[in-house]
Amino acid sequence: MENFGYIVDTLFALFAMTLIIFMVPGFAMLEAGLVRTKNVTSVLTVNTMIYAVASVMFLLVGYQLAFGGWENSGMSIYAAFLFQMAFVGKTVNIMSGGVSERVRILPIALFTVLMGGFIYPLVVNVSWGADLLAGTILDLTMYDLAGSTVIHSTGGWALLAAIMIMGPRKGRYKDGKIHVIPASNIPLVVLGALLLWIGWFGFNGGSVGSIASKENADTVALTIMNTNTAGLAGALIAGIFMYLRYRKFDITMILNGALGGLVAITAGPDLYDIHTPIIIGAIGGALVVIAVPLFDRLKLDDPVGALSVHLVNGIWGTLAVGIFAAEPEAGITLLGQLKGVAVVAVFVFTVSYAAIYIINRFLPFRAGDDEQVEGLDVTECGLEAYPEFKRAF
Amino acid sequence: MKKIEAIIKPFRLEEVKDALAHIGITGMTVSEVKGYGRQKGHSELYRGAEYVVDFLPKIKVELVVGDEQLEQVLETITEAARTGKIGDGKIFVSGIEKVIRIRTGETGSEAI
Repeated sequence: MENFGYIVDTLFALFAMTLIIFMVPGFAMLEAGLVRTKNVTSVLTVNTMIYAVASVMFLLVGYQLAFGGWENSGMSIYAAFLFQMAFVGKTVNIMSGGVSERVRILPIALFTVLMGGFIYPLVVNVSWGADLLAGTILDLTMYDLAGSTVIHSTGGWALLAAIMIMGPRKGRYKDGKIHVIPASNIPLVVLGALLLWIGWFGFNGGSVGSIASKENADTVALTIMNTNTAGLAGALIAGIFMYLRYRKFDITMILNGALGGLVAITAGPDLYDIHTPIIIGAIGGALVVIAVPLFDRLKLDDPVGALSVHLVNGIWGTLAVGIFAAEPEAGITLLGQLKGVAVVAVFVFTVSYAAIYIINRFLPFRAGDDEQVEGLDVTECGLEAYPEFKRAF
Repeated sequence: MKKIEAIIKPFRLEEVKDALAHIGITGMTVSEVKGYGRQKGHSELYRGAEYVVDFLPKIKVELVVGDEQLEQVLETITEAARTGKIGDGKIFVSGIEKVIRIRTGETGSEAI
């Protein structure tokens, strides 16, 4: 079988892609559960629309912009494309979740055109792709296997820009006090978070790129094992922290902690031994528990905790490679990791802020107060998620 | 005839229903309601922030009884619904002008 490696790697990429696409319903269910019933259809519509918009933009413009061409000798070019395409929607999924319950669909779809077609592909270009910064002082030496920075903090920075421009949900912060808006469906939150967790095995495992040799098969298995370990550690530490601090086990925070651990491991799951991910994931979970109330105090309203999970841990995960797996001979240093975080931060935040600011002038991102009271299901979608149920107060 | 509306703690519904059945009450209507009295709400914790739940879930039991049965029914509900803790609920009694059984057209105490 002369084409054995080619065939196996193609199959591997398609399988990994399928797992990653399971993160679309993952985000959708997580967000549907964490918002009020009157906004559920709207959240699901945003999730579906931006997945489609971002992926089509990546086909039309983004892939070429990121990688400079379609050449790939190791596997079918279509499988290579599909695997990369599966990631695009994640950056905007991360972003759209944090502005739930107030974001209007048209402006965020418009921003997704830019994100999927240009902003994310340019980040990929300078980190994994054709590298237009090569030879310049900004050339990135950051190691980021599956995208702690390239995907998670990229989505996180865009989200931060969006939240700053849009402001909080109506009634979230009244007279300087934090007004809690509880989740509407905890079983959906659990389903969504665990779907994301499973999707991560394709996300990180697939990013190894090849499984068609004994060494690569070991690396893929180690990567997936370490990914899982970090999620476990994140969930455990978030649960323990919540109990120590508040004497309560809040499942939404435990799941956010697991996701925080998963984001944190994503930069280097192939580089660590089997025990290091416990530390990295635990710190990731702890950061979520600390960051969620902190963002609240800063009045950055994030109904799903995406800033704490994806932005904070995207940064932590990228730096963790420099701390736990630095290999100066191979070009992996803490300074290099820090530079990668900073360059992507400045680029994504600035461009996103400018783009959202300009779109917002013509097409406001934030639904009006009356529309928010009525619920975006009615005003944006004309279709209530739970028409037969009593409204939550 | 009198109508009895009893606002009780949800987990006492089974006891109240069984006690009423025991003294020969053949039917009642229940609904899930929310409200508060002197006990006020209670505070819960969500994602590291405390919040007050003003309206607590309660069950409203409605039934219509003949005047001769009233006192026994009120006593039964009071006993079955009582936990001794704040928030046990209230019972309201009001007069009923007319009762009609839809299936047969019977009226008055025949229709209860």
